[in-house]
Amino acid sequence: MSDTYYNPKDLKNFKNISEWSAPLGEAFFSYYQKVFEEGALSAREKSLIALAVSHVVKCPYCIDAYTQDALKRGIDEEEMMEAVHAGAAIEAGATLVHAVQMMNKHDKLSL
Amino acid sequence: MLKSLRSRAVPLASSAHQIETLEGGDFQNGTLKPFDETLKLQGAWPLTPRALDILQVNLGYMCNQTCAHCHVDAGPDRKEIMPLDTLKKVLEVAKKTGVPTLDLTGGAPEMHPHFRWLIETARAEGIKEIIVRSNLTILEANANYKTLPEFFKKHKLRVVSSLPHYSVKRTDKQRGEGVFSKSITALQKLNALGYGNDSELILDLVYNPSGAFLSADQTALEKDFKMKLKEQFGVSFNQLFCINNLPISRFLEYLLASENYETYMETLVESFNPATLSGVMCTNTLSVGWDGRLYDCDFNQMLELPVESTSNHIDHFNLERLLARNIRVNQHCYGCTAGAGSSCQGSLT
Repeated sequence: MSDTYYNPKDLKNFKNISEWSAPLGEAFFSYYQKVFEEGALSAREKSLIALAVSHVVKCPYCIDAYTQDALKRGIDEEEMMEAVHAGAAIEAGATLVHAVQMMNKHDKLSL
Repeated sequence: MLKSLRSRAVPLASSAHQIETLEGGDFQNGTLKPFDETLKLQGAWPLTPRALDILQVNLGYMCNQTCAHCHVDAGPDRKEIMPLDTLKKVLEVAKKTGVPTLDLTGGAPEMHPHFRWLIETARAEGIKEIIVRSNLTILEANANYKTLPEFFKKHKLRVVSSLPHYSVKRTDKQRGEGVFSKSITALQKLNALGYGNDSELILDLVYNPSGAFLSADQTALEKDFKMKLKEQFGVSFNQLFCINNLPISRFLEYLLASENYETYMETLVESFNPATLSGVMCTNTLSVGWDGRLYDCDFNQMLELPVESTSNHIDHFNLERLLARNIRVNQHCYGCTAGAGSSCQGSLT
């Protein structure tokens, strides 16, 4: 058992989740593979989306995997960072848009 | 400028030390399967040649660049150069065997004092295809080298050039400061002569990953390279060859120093693709060292692992015996069989 909650080596064992529920695990991995194939969006575009989302959901395994994927695809540093900012902006916006709720409540309760 | 391992006199400059590193660690303790065992499991051992399609000649280890990943450990401080008598033997063998392709590499092959003579003679002798593996910056090095693109055109050489990325940052980090800009200038000059646009003047680029990761899909990367280089610099080329970095020489030094070695080897082993075995370059290429010794590939040359044959030098070249040999393999061979496979002609699958 690792001394930390996250162990980089666990990423390689991700497929083992199927051992406890083969139908659900296999369905998930088949879906996952299909999602990242070339489609209306290129595999390269999907890789950048995945990199951005990895940061938003703060998944260290995903950040590890999709940084490597970006490097393999020749995606440069600028593109990678812009993708992360796109994710961060949505996350910041999602927080800030709630300020309208705060303002509404403030106005309702104020003279 | 970075210095070669040889001139720094570090232990990794010795091929024996590199082999010891490759055979130790996870391969020794059984965590990873040695390459020959993987071949045995596939029923593909021993690996044997199928033909001689390419004679790859290393004209010497001298180079005007000192790239961080160089498997040759080439650089301005390397003085090994193929003697003229050996060059003559190479041409004799090429003529006698009728090998369709002469593939010239280095170092910077253009720095060989008899480079132009070699090309003129090889052409006169009717060798079908001559490849020059040019680092591009040599074509901008001085007035003499600046006339080489015209010379390439005159003799219809196929130019194969390294360009690890279409961004200045990634290219210069791997190949040295200012390399990207000079490479683009050289590519523009080659384009102006018709290279990359004329069906007889082929200009291919070689992509190799700028770090401890494998190359992605060649078709997708070629599309990106073509679009970016055209849009930003007006540069055209024919094909992009994606190759993996093999864990030897200066790339091995980088892997060890950056503590990426174990993970990289694991990745190579896990990415072993049996479909690559029928096309690996050692099955249709012979590598000739600057001193005339024969090797299964350029990587075995750098590890000083000559062919297992009594015909192991250009002076006593015997095609029949060479085609009957077993190919020498070691852990570095996983670099050519990982993922889509890797060779001097790009992906294998």
